[in-house]
Amino acid sequence: MSSAAHDEGAHAGHGHAESPFIQHHFDDGAHQFESGKLGIWLFLGQEVLFFSALFVAYIIYRHNHPEIFEYAHRYLDVRLGAINTGVLILSSLSAAWAVRAAQLNQRRALIFCLAVTLLCAFGFLGIKYVEYAAKIHHHTLFGKRFAPHEAPDGTEIEQPDGNPGKDAKGQPTAKEPLNTVGGVKAQPIEGSKGPPPGTAPVVPGDPSASKEEPASAQAGVGVLPAIEAQKAAGAKIDTESSARPPPNTGMFFTIYFLMTGLHGLHVLAGVFVFIWLLWRAAKGHFGPKYYGPIDFAALYWHLVDLIWIFLFPLLYLIA
Amino acid sequence: MSDPTHESGYDDHTHSDMGHVASKRVLLGTWGTLMVLTIVTVTASRVDFGASELNLLIAMVIAVIKATLVCLFFMHLKYDKLFHSVVFVSAILLATLFVSFALMDSNQYQTDVYWQQKDYQPTSDVDKSYPVLQPY
Repeated sequence: MSSAAHDEGAHAGHGHAESPFIQHHFDDGAHQFESGKLGIWLFLGQEVLFFSALFVAYIIYRHNHPEIFEYAHRYLDVRLGAINTGVLILSSLSAAWAVRAAQLNQRRALIFCLAVTLLCAFGFLGIKYVEYAAKIHHHTLFGKRFAPHEAPDGTEIEQPDGNPGKDAKGQPTAKEPLNTVGGVKAQPIEGSKGPPPGTAPVVPGDPSASKEEPASAQAGVGVLPAIEAQKAAGAKIDTESSARPPPNTGMFFTIYFLMTGLHGLHVLAGVFVFIWLLWRAAKGHFGPKYYGPIDFAALYWHLVDLIWIFLFPLLYLIA
Repeated sequence: MSDPTHESGYDDHTHSDMGHVASKRVLLGTWGTLMVLTIVTVTASRVDFGASELNLLIAMVIAVIKATLVCLFFMHLKYDKLFHSVVFVSAILLATLFVSFALMDSNQYQTDVYWQQKDYQPTSDVDKSYPVLQPY
Protein backbone atom coordinates (compact mmCIF):
# COMPACT_ATOMS: atom_id res chain seq x y z
CA MET A 1 0.00 0.00 0.00
CA SER A 2 2.74 2.43 0.80
CA SER A 3 4.02 2.32 -2.72
CA ALA A 4 0.59 3.17 -4.06
CA ALA A 5 0.29 5.95 -1.50
CA HIS A 6 3.51 7.50 -2.70
CA ASP A 7 2.00 7.86 -6.11
CA GLU A 8 -1.34 9.22 -4.97
CA GLY A 9 -0.58 11.18 -1.83
CA ALA A 10 -0.16 14.89 -2.37
CA HIS A 11 2.16 15.06 0.62
CA ALA A 12 4.24 12.03 -0.19
CA GLY A 13 7.33 14.15 -0.19
CA HIS A 14 7.00 14.86 3.52
CA GLY A 15 8.49 11.55 4.36
CA HIS A 16 5.28 9.75 5.34
CA ALA A 17 3.77 6.89 3.52
CA GLU A 18 0.38 8.46 2.89
CA SER A 19 -0.21 11.82 4.42
CA PRO A 20 1.58 14.06 6.87
CA PHE A 21 -1.37 13.66 9.23
CA ILE A 22 -0.90 9.96 9.91
CA GLN A 23 0.57 9.67 13.39
CA HIS A 24 3.63 7.47 13.65
CA HIS A 25 2.01 5.10 16.17
CA PHE A 26 -0.53 3.97 13.57
CA ASP A 27 0.28 1.50 10.84
CA ASP A 28 -1.41 3.51 8.16
CA GLY A 29 -4.30 5.83 7.39
CA ALA A 30 -6.95 3.14 7.68
CA HIS A 31 -5.63 2.09 11.08
CA GLN A 32 -5.72 5.68 12.32
CA PHE A 33 -9.20 6.20 10.87
CA GLU A 34 -10.61 3.06 12.51
CA SER A 35 -9.12 3.99 15.86
CA GLY A 36 -10.53 7.49 15.67
CA LYS A 37 -13.90 6.19 14.62
CA LEU A 38 -14.12 3.84 17.59
CA GLY A 39 -13.07 6.71 19.81
CA ILE A 40 -15.75 9.07 18.55
CA TRP A 41 -18.44 6.38 18.93
CA LEU A 42 -17.40 5.77 22.52
CA PHE A 43 -17.54 9.53 23.06
CA LEU A 44 -21.05 9.67 21.57
CA GLY A 45 -22.13 6.86 23.88
CA GLN A 46 -20.84 8.90 26.77
CA GLU A 47 -22.76 11.94 25.48
CA VAL A 48 -25.99 9.92 25.47
CA LEU A 49 -25.45 9.02 29.11
CA PHE A 50 -24.44 12.60 29.91
CA PHE A 51 -27.71 13.97 28.55
CA SER A 52 -29.75 11.12 30.03
CA ALA A 53 -29.39 12.65 33.50
CA LEU A 54 -31.34 15.69 32.32
CA PHE A 55 -33.89 13.50 30.59
CA VAL A 56 -34.38 11.69 33.91
CA ALA A 57 -35.07 15.03 35.59
CA TYR A 58 -37.52 15.88 32.83
CA ILE A 59 -39.35 12.54 32.92
CA ILE A 60 -39.70 12.42 36.70
CA TYR A 61 -40.86 15.99 36.98
CA ARG A 62 -43.32 15.67 34.14
CA HIS A 63 -44.57 12.35 35.55
CA ASN A 64 -45.24 13.96 38.92
CA HIS A 65 -46.42 17.36 37.73
CA PRO A 66 -47.93 17.22 34.26
CA GLU A 67 -49.93 20.38 34.98
CA ILE A 68 -46.75 22.46 35.10
CA PHE A 69 -45.63 21.26 31.70
CA GLU A 70 -49.05 21.68 30.14
CA TYR A 71 -49.20 25.24 31.41
CA ALA A 72 -45.65 26.42 30.91
CA HIS A 73 -44.83 25.00 27.50
CA ARG A 74 -47.14 27.58 25.95
CA TYR A 75 -44.65 30.27 26.91
CA LEU A 76 -42.37 28.74 24.27
CA ASP A 77 -42.60 29.73 20.63
CA VAL A 78 -43.31 26.61 18.57
CA ARG A 79 -42.55 28.49 15.35
CA LEU A 80 -39.01 29.38 16.45
CA GLY A 81 -38.48 25.85 17.78
CA ALA A 82 -39.62 24.33 14.49
CA ILE A 83 -37.41 26.68 12.47
CA ASN A 84 -34.47 25.69 14.64
CA THR A 85 -35.28 22.03 14.06
CA GLY A 86 -35.17 22.65 10.31
CA VAL A 87 -31.93 24.59 10.63
CA LEU A 88 -30.27 21.74 12.53
CA ILE A 89 -31.52 19.10 10.10
CA LEU A 90 -30.16 21.15 7.19
CA SER A 91 -26.82 21.43 8.97
CA SER A 92 -26.82 17.67 9.52
CA LEU A 93 -27.35 17.19 5.79
CA SER A 94 -24.47 19.51 4.95
CA ALA A 95 -22.24 17.81 7.53
CA ALA A 96 -23.01 14.40 6.01
CA TRP A 97 -22.39 15.86 2.57
CA ALA A 98 -19.07 17.28 3.72
CA VAL A 99 -17.93 13.73 4.54
CA ARG A 100 -18.98 12.63 1.06
CA ALA A 101 -17.15 15.55 -0.54
CA ALA A 102 -13.96 14.75 1.38
CA GLN A 103 -14.19 11.09 0.42
CA LEU A 104 -14.55 12.05 -3.23
CA ASN A 105 -11.81 14.69 -3.03
CA GLN A 106 -14.18 17.52 -3.93
CA ARG A 107 -12.43 20.32 -2.13
CA ARG A 108 -14.76 23.18 -3.08
CA ALA A 109 -17.85 21.14 -2.22
CA LEU A 110 -16.23 20.26 1.11
CA ILE A 111 -15.58 23.90 1.94
CA PHE A 112 -19.11 24.85 0.87
CA CYS A 113 -20.68 22.12 3.03
CA LEU A 114 -18.60 23.04 6.06
CA ALA A 115 -19.53 26.70 5.60
CA VAL A 116 -23.25 25.83 5.39
CA THR A 117 -22.95 23.75 8.56
CA LEU A 118 -21.22 26.61 10.31
CA LEU A 119 -23.83 29.14 9.16
CA CYS A 120 -26.63 26.86 10.37
CA ALA A 121 -24.91 26.56 13.75
CA PHE A 122 -24.79 30.36 13.98
CA GLY A 123 -28.41 30.54 12.87
CA PHE A 124 -29.45 28.08 15.54
CA LEU A 125 -27.63 30.01 18.24
CA GLY A 126 -29.06 33.28 16.95
CA ILE A 127 -32.64 32.00 17.17
CA LYS A 128 -31.86 30.57 20.59
CA TYR A 129 -30.62 34.01 21.62
CA VAL A 130 -33.93 35.57 20.52
CA GLU A 131 -35.81 32.99 22.59
CA TYR A 132 -33.64 33.40 25.67
CA ALA A 133 -33.84 37.19 25.44
CA ALA A 134 -37.64 37.06 25.37
CA LYS A 135 -37.64 34.81 28.42
CA ILE A 136 -35.35 37.11 30.34
CA HIS A 137 -37.54 40.06 29.36
CA HIS A 138 -40.75 38.37 30.51
CA HIS A 139 -39.23 36.79 33.62
CA THR A 140 -40.14 33.31 32.49
CA LEU A 141 -36.99 32.08 34.11
CA PHE A 142 -35.84 29.16 36.19
CA GLY A 143 -36.82 28.30 39.75
CA LYS A 144 -37.44 31.25 42.03
CA ARG A 145 -36.81 33.70 39.21
CA PHE A 146 -40.01 32.67 37.50
CA ALA A 147 -42.15 35.78 37.87
CA PRO A 148 -44.01 36.53 34.64
CA HIS A 149 -46.58 39.29 34.47
CA GLU A 150 -48.52 37.53 31.78
CA ALA A 151 -50.01 34.13 31.18
CA PRO A 152 -48.90 32.37 27.99
CA ASP A 153 -51.85 33.78 26.06
CA GLY A 154 -50.99 37.34 27.03
CA THR A 155 -53.56 37.92 29.74
CA GLU A 156 -52.35 39.42 32.95
CA ILE A 157 -51.85 36.94 35.72
CA GLU A 158 -54.39 37.45 38.46
CA GLN A 159 -54.22 36.29 42.00
CA PRO A 160 -56.99 34.06 43.29
CA ASP A 161 -59.85 35.92 44.92
CA GLY A 162 -59.63 36.51 48.63
CA ASN A 163 -55.89 36.24 48.74
CA PRO A 164 -54.74 38.95 51.12
CA GLY A 165 -51.44 39.17 49.32
CA LYS A 166 -53.09 40.28 46.13
CA ASP A 167 -51.19 42.65 43.97
CA ALA A 168 -52.51 44.47 40.96
CA LYS A 169 -49.72 43.50 38.60
CA GLY A 170 -49.41 39.90 39.65
CA GLN A 171 -46.16 40.49 41.42
CA PRO A 172 -45.20 37.68 43.76
CA THR A 173 -46.57 38.15 47.22
CA ALA A 174 -46.38 36.42 50.53
CA LYS A 175 -49.04 33.85 49.86
CA GLU A 176 -47.89 33.20 46.34
CA PRO A 177 -46.58 29.66 46.55
CA LEU A 178 -45.25 30.04 43.04
CA ASN A 179 -41.97 31.68 43.77
CA THR A 180 -41.87 32.34 47.45
CA VAL A 181 -39.52 30.10 49.29
CA GLY A 182 -39.02 30.38 53.01
CA GLY A 183 -40.46 33.86 53.06
CA VAL A 184 -37.96 35.19 50.56
CA LYS A 185 -39.70 37.08 47.83
CA ALA A 186 -38.41 36.58 44.35
CA GLN A 187 -37.03 39.85 43.11
CA PRO A 188 -37.59 40.90 39.54
CA ILE A 189 -34.39 41.34 37.63
CA GLU A 190 -33.15 44.89 37.19
CA GLY A 191 -34.68 46.81 34.38
CA SER A 192 -37.97 45.01 34.64
CA LYS A 193 -41.18 46.77 33.75
CA GLY A 194 -42.83 45.67 36.96
CA PRO A 195 -44.38 48.28 39.21
CA PRO A 196 -42.12 49.75 41.87
CA PRO A 197 -42.57 48.03 45.23
CA GLY A 198 -44.26 51.12 46.65
CA THR A 199 -47.33 50.68 44.45
CA ALA A 200 -48.16 47.29 45.85
CA PRO A 201 -50.36 46.98 48.94
CA VAL A 202 -47.41 46.71 51.20
CA VAL A 203 -48.58 45.50 54.57
CA PRO A 204 -50.72 42.45 53.79
CA GLY A 205 -48.40 41.30 51.07
CA ASP A 206 -45.13 41.79 52.88
CA PRO A 207 -43.55 38.38 53.37
CA SER A 208 -41.71 39.50 56.49
CA ALA A 209 -44.96 40.52 58.15
CA SER A 210 -46.88 37.40 57.28
CA LYS A 211 -45.98 35.41 60.36
CA GLU A 212 -47.68 37.70 62.83
CA GLU A 213 -50.60 38.47 60.61
CA PRO A 214 -53.92 36.76 61.31
CA ALA A 215 -55.05 37.08 57.70
CA SER A 216 -52.07 35.14 56.48
CA ALA A 217 -52.58 32.44 59.08
CA GLN A 218 -56.04 31.95 57.77
CA ALA A 219 -54.72 31.95 54.25
CA GLY A 220 -51.94 29.59 55.20
CA VAL A 221 -54.41 26.93 56.16
CA GLY A 222 -55.85 27.28 52.73
CA VAL A 223 -52.60 26.95 50.87
CA LEU A 224 -52.20 23.24 50.74
CA PRO A 225 -55.80 22.31 49.97
CA ALA A 226 -55.67 24.93 47.26
CA ILE A 227 -52.61 23.29 45.81
CA GLU A 228 -54.20 19.88 46.07
CA ALA A 229 -57.33 21.11 44.38
CA GLN A 230 -55.25 22.71 41.68
CA LYS A 231 -53.31 19.55 41.20
CA ALA A 232 -56.42 17.41 41.08
CA ALA A 233 -58.11 19.66 38.59
CA GLY A 234 -54.80 20.95 37.31
CA ALA A 235 -55.40 20.92 33.61
CA LYS A 236 -58.90 22.29 33.93
CA ILE A 237 -58.25 25.16 36.26
CA ASP A 238 -54.89 26.43 35.29
CA THR A 239 -53.96 25.30 31.86
CA GLU A 240 -57.22 26.12 30.20
CA SER A 241 -58.25 29.34 31.84
CA SER A 242 -54.55 30.25 32.04
CA ALA A 243 -55.47 32.43 34.97
CA ARG A 244 -52.30 31.89 36.91
CA PRO A 245 -49.44 29.42 36.81
CA PRO A 246 -49.61 26.27 38.90
CA PRO A 247 -47.23 26.14 41.86
CA ASN A 248 -43.57 25.65 41.04
CA THR A 249 -43.99 26.44 37.37
CA GLY A 250 -40.46 27.76 37.49
CA MET A 251 -39.29 24.13 37.53
CA PHE A 252 -40.31 23.81 33.90
CA PHE A 253 -37.95 26.61 33.01
CA THR A 254 -35.21 25.19 35.22
CA ILE A 255 -35.40 22.03 33.14
CA TYR A 256 -35.85 23.99 29.91
CA PHE A 257 -32.79 26.15 30.46
CA LEU A 258 -30.63 23.24 31.61
CA MET A 259 -31.53 21.03 28.66
CA THR A 260 -31.44 23.67 25.94
CA GLY A 261 -28.44 25.31 27.60
CA LEU A 262 -26.39 22.13 27.63
CA HIS A 263 -27.46 21.45 24.06
CA GLY A 264 -26.56 25.02 23.11
CA LEU A 265 -23.10 24.57 24.62
CA HIS A 266 -22.67 21.54 22.37
CA VAL A 267 -23.68 23.63 19.36
CA LEU A 268 -21.17 26.27 20.43
CA ALA A 269 -18.44 23.63 20.71
CA GLY A 270 -19.42 22.45 17.23
CA VAL A 271 -18.96 26.00 15.92
CA PHE A 272 -15.33 25.99 17.03
CA VAL A 273 -14.77 22.52 15.59
CA PHE A 274 -16.21 23.52 12.23
CA ILE A 275 -14.18 26.75 12.11
CA TRP A 276 -11.08 24.63 12.65
CA LEU A 277 -12.16 22.16 9.95
CA LEU A 278 -12.96 24.96 7.53
CA TRP A 279 -9.49 26.39 8.03
CA ARG A 280 -7.88 23.00 7.45
CA ALA A 281 -10.09 22.25 4.45
CA ALA A 282 -9.07 25.57 2.92
CA LYS A 283 -5.45 24.50 3.29
CA GLY A 284 -6.29 21.31 1.45
CA HIS A 285 -5.59 18.89 4.25
CA PHE A 286 -8.47 16.55 3.56
CA GLY A 287 -8.93 13.96 0.86
CA PRO A 288 -10.00 10.37 0.31
CA LYS A 289 -7.03 9.12 2.33
CA TYR A 290 -7.44 11.48 5.21
CA TYR A 291 -10.88 12.70 6.20
CA GLY A 292 -11.18 11.37 9.76
CA PRO A 293 -11.67 14.78 11.42
CA ILE A 294 -14.52 15.62 9.01
CA ASP A 295 -16.20 12.28 9.64
CA PHE A 296 -15.84 12.47 13.42
CA ALA A 297 -17.03 16.07 13.64
CA ALA A 298 -20.01 15.17 11.44
CA LEU A 299 -20.87 12.26 13.75
CA TYR A 300 -20.71 14.59 16.75
CA TRP A 301 -22.88 17.09 14.90
CA HIS A 302 -25.46 14.42 14.09
CA LEU A 303 -25.66 13.56 17.79
CA VAL A 304 -26.31 17.21 18.62
CA ASP A 305 -29.08 17.07 16.02
CA LEU A 306 -30.41 13.82 17.52
CA ILE A 307 -30.72 15.37 20.96
CA TRP A 308 -32.59 18.34 19.54
CA ILE A 309 -34.94 15.94 17.73
CA PHE A 310 -36.04 14.77 21.19
CA LEU A 311 -35.86 18.14 22.95
CA PHE A 312 -38.13 19.86 20.45
CA PRO A 313 -41.28 17.74 20.95
CA LEU A 314 -40.60 17.26 24.66
CA LEU A 315 -40.34 20.98 25.43
CA TYR A 316 -42.28 22.79 22.71
CA LEU A 317 -44.98 20.35 21.58
CA ILE A 318 -46.71 19.33 24.78
CA ALA A 319 -50.36 18.79 23.98
CA MET B 1 -15.40 -6.39 12.69
CA SER B 2 -11.97 -7.61 11.84
CA ASP B 3 -9.83 -9.76 14.01
CA PRO B 4 -7.57 -7.61 16.23
CA THR B 5 -4.55 -9.64 15.21
CA HIS B 6 -5.37 -8.72 11.66
CA GLU B 7 -5.25 -4.99 12.42
CA SER B 8 -1.59 -4.61 11.61
CA GLY B 9 -1.97 -6.44 8.35
CA TYR B 10 -3.94 -4.00 6.22
CA ASP B 11 -3.44 -4.86 2.63
CA ASP B 12 -3.99 -2.95 -0.52
CA HIS B 13 -7.76 -3.12 -0.64
CA THR B 14 -8.24 -1.39 2.72
CA HIS B 15 -8.85 1.95 1.09
CA SER B 16 -12.17 0.79 -0.18
CA ASP B 17 -13.00 -0.22 3.41
CA MET B 18 -12.08 3.13 4.82
CA GLY B 19 -15.55 4.46 4.41
CA HIS B 20 -18.80 4.08 2.61
CA VAL B 21 -19.58 7.01 0.35
CA ALA B 22 -23.20 8.00 0.83
CA SER B 23 -25.08 8.59 -2.39
CA LYS B 24 -26.73 11.93 -3.08
CA ARG B 25 -30.09 10.24 -3.31
CA VAL B 26 -29.79 8.71 0.16
CA LEU B 27 -28.60 11.98 1.71
CA LEU B 28 -31.33 14.10 0.13
CA GLY B 29 -33.97 11.45 0.76
CA THR B 30 -33.07 11.27 4.44
CA TRP B 31 -33.13 15.04 4.71
CA GLY B 32 -36.50 15.29 2.98
CA THR B 33 -38.02 12.60 5.20
CA LEU B 34 -36.69 14.36 8.31
CA MET B 35 -38.23 17.66 7.22
CA VAL B 36 -41.58 16.02 6.44
CA LEU B 37 -41.58 14.25 9.81
CA THR B 38 -40.83 17.57 11.56
CA ILE B 39 -43.92 19.09 9.93
CA VAL B 40 -45.93 15.98 10.82
CA THR B 41 -44.92 16.14 14.48
CA VAL B 42 -45.79 19.85 14.74
CA THR B 43 -49.16 19.22 13.08
CA ALA B 44 -49.89 16.16 15.23
CA SER B 45 -49.20 18.15 18.39
CA ARG B 46 -52.13 20.43 17.51
CA VAL B 47 -54.58 17.58 17.01
CA ASP B 48 -56.59 16.42 19.98
CA PHE B 49 -56.35 12.64 20.05
CA GLY B 50 -58.45 12.43 23.19
CA ALA B 51 -55.64 11.93 25.65
CA SER B 52 -52.46 13.92 26.06
CA GLU B 53 -50.61 10.65 26.60
CA LEU B 54 -51.50 9.70 23.04
CA ASN B 55 -50.03 12.96 21.74
CA LEU B 56 -46.87 12.30 23.72
CA LEU B 57 -46.69 8.75 22.34
CA ILE B 58 -47.10 9.93 18.75
CA ALA B 59 -44.50 12.68 19.19
CA MET B 60 -42.03 10.19 20.67
CA VAL B 61 -42.64 7.59 17.95
CA ILE B 62 -41.92 10.23 15.30
CA ALA B 63 -38.82 11.38 17.19
CA VAL B 64 -37.54 7.80 17.37
CA ILE B 65 -38.12 7.33 13.63
CA LYS B 66 -36.23 10.56 12.92
CA ALA B 67 -33.40 9.54 15.24
CA THR B 68 -33.18 6.14 13.55
CA LEU B 69 -32.97 7.77 10.11
CA VAL B 70 -30.18 10.08 11.28
CA CYS B 71 -28.27 7.15 12.81
CA LEU B 72 -28.65 4.82 9.85
CA PHE B 73 -27.93 7.20 6.98
CA PHE B 74 -26.31 10.42 8.19
CA MET B 75 -24.19 8.58 10.75
CA HIS B 76 -23.55 5.70 8.34
CA LEU B 77 -24.44 3.03 10.89
CA LYS B 78 -26.21 1.02 8.20
CA TYR B 79 -22.92 0.64 6.32
CA ASP B 80 -20.56 0.81 9.26
CA LYS B 81 -19.03 -1.85 11.46
CA LEU B 82 -21.61 -3.59 13.62
CA PHE B 83 -19.50 -2.84 16.67
CA HIS B 84 -20.13 0.91 16.39
CA SER B 85 -23.87 0.25 16.50
CA VAL B 86 -23.33 -2.01 19.51
CA VAL B 87 -21.50 0.78 21.35
CA PHE B 88 -24.20 3.33 20.59
CA VAL B 89 -27.18 1.08 21.30
CA SER B 90 -25.67 -0.08 24.60
CA ALA B 91 -25.35 3.54 25.67
CA ILE B 92 -29.03 4.06 24.89
CA LEU B 93 -29.95 0.87 26.78
CA LEU B 94 -27.95 2.03 29.79
CA ALA B 95 -29.72 5.39 29.65
CA THR B 96 -33.06 3.53 29.59
CA LEU B 97 -31.97 1.55 32.63
CA PHE B 98 -31.05 4.79 34.36
CA VAL B 99 -34.46 6.30 33.62
CA SER B 100 -36.34 3.16 34.71
CA PHE B 101 -34.55 2.87 38.03
CA ALA B 102 -34.99 6.56 38.73
CA LEU B 103 -38.71 6.30 38.00
CA MET B 104 -39.25 3.39 40.38
CA ASP B 105 -39.43 5.58 43.48
CA SER B 106 -40.30 8.91 41.94
CA ASN B 107 -43.62 9.16 43.81
CA GLN B 108 -41.60 9.01 47.01
CA TYR B 109 -40.72 12.66 46.65
CA GLN B 110 -44.14 14.08 45.94
CA THR B 111 -44.31 15.83 49.29
CA ASP B 112 -40.91 17.38 48.84
CA VAL B 113 -42.45 19.81 46.43
CA TYR B 114 -44.54 21.29 49.22
CA TRP B 115 -42.17 21.39 52.11
CA GLN B 116 -40.54 24.47 50.73
CA GLN B 117 -43.79 26.33 51.08
CA LYS B 118 -44.59 28.10 54.27
CA ASP B 119 -47.32 26.84 56.55
CA TYR B 120 -47.20 23.39 55.03
CA GLN B 121 -49.60 21.05 56.79
CA PRO B 122 -49.75 17.41 55.74
CA THR B 123 -53.30 16.46 54.89
CA SER B 124 -53.39 13.00 53.42
CA ASP B 125 -52.31 9.93 55.36
CA VAL B 126 -49.44 9.43 52.95
CA ASP B 127 -48.22 12.96 53.54
CA LYS B 128 -48.45 12.50 57.31
CA SER B 129 -46.22 9.47 57.16
CA TYR B 130 -43.32 11.67 56.08
CA PRO B 131 -41.56 14.09 58.37
CA VAL B 132 -42.20 17.73 57.57
CA LEU B 133 -38.90 19.02 56.35
CA GLN B 134 -37.82 22.54 57.01
CA PRO B 135 -36.67 24.83 54.24
CA TYR B 136 -32.96 25.08 53.86
